Amino acid sequence: MRKISGATFAGIFQLALTFPSQGGEPVRVKITNLAFLPAEITVQAGETVEWVNEDFIDHTATETSEEWDVPIPAEKSAELKLTRAGTFSYYCRIHPGMKGTVHVIAK
Amino acid sequence: MMRNSMIGMVAGLVLSTAIAIAADKPSDPQIAHIAYTAGDLDIKAAKLALEKSKNETVRAFANDMVRDHQAVNDKALTLVKKLGVTPVDNETSKALIAQAEKKQAELASLSGSAFEKAYVDNEVAYHKMVNDALRTTLIPSSSNAELKSLLETGLKIFEGHLHHAEMLAHTHH
Ligand SMILES: [Cu+2]
Repeated sequence: MRKISGATFAGIFQLALTFPSQGGEPVRVKITNLAFLPAEITVQAGETVEWVNEDFIDHTATETSEEWDVPIPAEKSAELKLTRAGTFSYYCRIHPGMKGTVHVIAK
Repeated sequence: MMRNSMIGMVAGLVLSTAIAIAADKPSDPQIAHIAYTAGDLDIKAAKLALEKSKNETVRAFANDMVRDHQAVNDKALTLVKKLGVTPVDNETSKALIAQAEKKQAELASLSGSAFEKAYVDNEVAYHKMVNDALRTTLIPSSSNAELKSLLETGLKIFEGHLHHAEMLAHTHH
């Protein structure tokens, strides 16, 4: 019940908020003082990225062509499983100066 | 038209003068008051936008402004309480309010895309002005380290807002 309302609340973003991938730990990106750290990461296809927001304001990780759009609430974290290989640039919709890159390499 | 832009220019001058005078030595309680007021005024502008605009992008931006500025002001309230500081009203806060009231009245008389354009343009101008005041006056003048640090974080956040507002301004021309 709780999970359903959570997913409904997340609305169109529900697909982006996934649970940890089976097996490996997610690759972490810290958000502190309005910056993604590290700003550039490389993961294998099928791995999960976890953004840990240490700021007291909300951020997003929004892929430049909006292939994905992950809301990351203040002092919370959010995850995204990346399945397609490629280089993805992303930014925060609320503070567009915040930028990051994820390289997803095929397994 | 001409008259309105003249009034705008005069208000701008009054404000920079007020900030320049306060620049002499704004105290921490005054700085806290100015910063809180500046955030509060942007929340008011955003609420007007939420009342008047049906444009999804503009509404999303306004919601972002309400949420972020509220979060910063909540932090500021918690901090002044912790420090035992009572924010003190001053000429800069008064000038900010007077200018914002004039702008609110002007915005309230507009509607549709004319309103949206004016709101977004004002958000650009307003964040530029407040960020400038933070950078040149409020941050350098603050003596408490925690207050200074919160103002620095605030400036980062508001620079993000300026960036966002400028992007919107480009799409609204
Ligand atoms: Cu952000």
